[in-house]
Amino acid sequence: MTEHAGYEDLQTALKRWSEGVEKQLNKRPERKAEFVNTSGIPVKRLYSPLDGSDASYLSEIGLPGEYPFTRGVQPTMFRGRYWTMRQYAGFATAEESNSRYRFLLDQGQTGLSVAFDLPTQIGYDSDNEMAIGEVGKVGVAIDSLEDMETLFNKIPLDKVSTSMTINAPAAVLLAMYIAVAEKQGVSADKLRGTIQNDILKEYSSRGTYIYPPKPSMRIITDIFSYCTENVPMWNTISISGYHIREAGSTAVQEVAFTLANGIAYVQAALGAGLDVDTFGPRLSFFFNAHVDFLEEIAKYRAARRLWAEIMRERFKATNPKSLMIRFHTQTAGCTLTAQQPKNNIVRVAFQALSAVLGGTQSLHTNSMDEALCLPSEEAVQIALRSQQLIAYETGVADTVDPLGGSYYLENLTNEIYERAAAYIQKIDELGGSAEAIEKGFVQREIQDSAYRYQREIEKEERIVIGLNRFQVEEEKPTNLLRVDPSVRTSQIERLRKLRSERDGKMVEKCLADLKAGTEGDQNLIPLMLEAVKAYATLGEICDVLREVFGEYQQVNTLG
Amino acid sequence: MVKEKKIRVLAAKPGLDGHDRGVKVVARALMDGGMEVVYTGLRQTPSQIVESAIQEDVDVIAMSILSGAHDYLFPKVMELLGEKGVDDILVIGGGIIPDEDIPALKEAGIADVFGPGTTTTQIIDYIRGNVN
Repeated sequence: MTEHAGYEDLQTALKRWSEGVEKQLNKRPERKAEFVNTSGIPVKRLYSPLDGSDASYLSEIGLPGEYPFTRGVQPTMFRGRYWTMRQYAGFATAEESNSRYRFLLDQGQTGLSVAFDLPTQIGYDSDNEMAIGEVGKVGVAIDSLEDMETLFNKIPLDKVSTSMTINAPAAVLLAMYIAVAEKQGVSADKLRGTIQNDILKEYSSRGTYIYPPKPSMRIITDIFSYCTENVPMWNTISISGYHIREAGSTAVQEVAFTLANGIAYVQAALGAGLDVDTFGPRLSFFFNAHVDFLEEIAKYRAARRLWAEIMRERFKATNPKSLMIRFHTQTAGCTLTAQQPKNNIVRVAFQALSAVLGGTQSLHTNSMDEALCLPSEEAVQIALRSQQLIAYETGVADTVDPLGGSYYLENLTNEIYERAAAYIQKIDELGGSAEAIEKGFVQREIQDSAYRYQREIEKEERIVIGLNRFQVEEEKPTNLLRVDPSVRTSQIERLRKLRSERDGKMVEKCLADLKAGTEGDQNLIPLMLEAVKAYATLGEICDVLREVFGEYQQVNTLG
Repeated sequence: MVKEKKIRVLAAKPGLDGHDRGVKVVARALMDGGMEVVYTGLRQTPSQIVESAIQEDVDVIAMSILSGAHDYLFPKVMELLGEKGVDDILVIGGGIIPDEDIPALKEAGIADVFGPGTTTTQIIDYIRGNVN
């Protein structure tokens, strides 16, 4: 439909059609007076060619693998190979997590994703007082290189790619991973994987920060710089909207706040003297797959286009790989219900389908029991099978961006793009993402959306099946997977043994070198690598940095 | 006419858990419901929570944990309150807490536990009905 004459006919036809429909509304009213998606964007009754413009096709949508990448980052997408199926897992001890990883690899999973417990994520050893009650609960406890060696026992690190959800101490865990690989005879330049390493969203949404923003940004740029030289296939950061969305943001806010954080990292790296086209290609992203199916697909497409423009126009990147958003997706934990948990299998399948139709590079599907406890092996298997069903049975992977060209989807992609761009402008005016977080702007925007969402559910303006509609009386589930509380005791015992057997003088020297480097402006990664190889613990290393950098105090945005 | 005293609530995040969506939504709903709410922020130790509760002279402590550390942290708060001789504060919990853990928490003195799917109205009504 490129002929203007055709459009005039269409305009007349649509006018006639709308008048006809309006007349019928008294007799056959619609379900609601106004339809609005989760971002507050009004949804019209019908979209047609008049809602887009053919003239802008190449500049706004384009072809897959080409700027602005709206339709995907690769020319053949899933016709070449499927997305990486990567289930986030880890609990209790390194032994138990290692056996879960080997189960998942046996089941056809194609990448690993490591969940660490909270003490590890906040840089405390298992014997720290702050760790009581938390050891091994939400992920695996890692205190030293010894635990990391157990975690990857019999998993060839040159064959798998490993994603690690680790932020404030990301550099230390990366150093441990490199050291384990070295012991397996695998050199760092063969390693593939990702560290999350996205501290800004920890301040605004996720909470596992340690140091204040400025020194944290220095560690991040040290990682960028070290990996460019030594671990070239490693994704140095996973700039994450997932947790922003889980904290309650809308789809538009998820795109805006994530890309605004991305801008801050690029600026920090440029400030440290790095070249945009050397670190740019290793930036990766992480998005949520929430309930509004088409809104989510539009979100991924809008994010690709917006980031490509930011990198090209604002940062003058020229390497096409610097312009691409490559992203991981996880289905939305916050949409799962504790009521009728089997319904979650269906929710997750729809959400996963939206991520695939949105062109994700890798995917985690949540398990049905996650609103209750840690996922059981059976629940994880069904979650993985849902991805395999989408890939092998549904046919949606056989053409690139199959929904591209839908009048509604293209219109919605534009709407999300424009609204997210407006938010980013607002954040620029506040002085950038770190400043906007320090002023509480980002947190307030997110918590307002979360509150609105909850009000909608309570007023039954938003229906959640099994929660506020179609409820049933049900038996409480039993036999939930639990972490044995003795995990802390066994970790403490291992730590005690480690501290008595390692070369204490060597550890002291490494920590002293690290301290000197931290006070100066040396790249911290080689120093951390030496320290972990000497079996300095995670807590000891993070304490050195705490002493020099101080600790972050959260902004209170309530009231 | 005696002016009714506003119910004062300490909304608290014990432990290392960073999930604060729930606690913030509940805190705001309690404020909209006419209560005074003090929010501790993240990473509070049990003794910090007890100190804040005494200092702020609250009627209620509402704690939220999604990390699974409730089995240690909730009873620890009750124990420290007991040591300080505080027995007139209503202590409630929320988050991802398996049903089978609830009897032990109640045994330790947690008045009630509110899981996923609870409405803010239920929590407001509960507090109004149970604060002395």
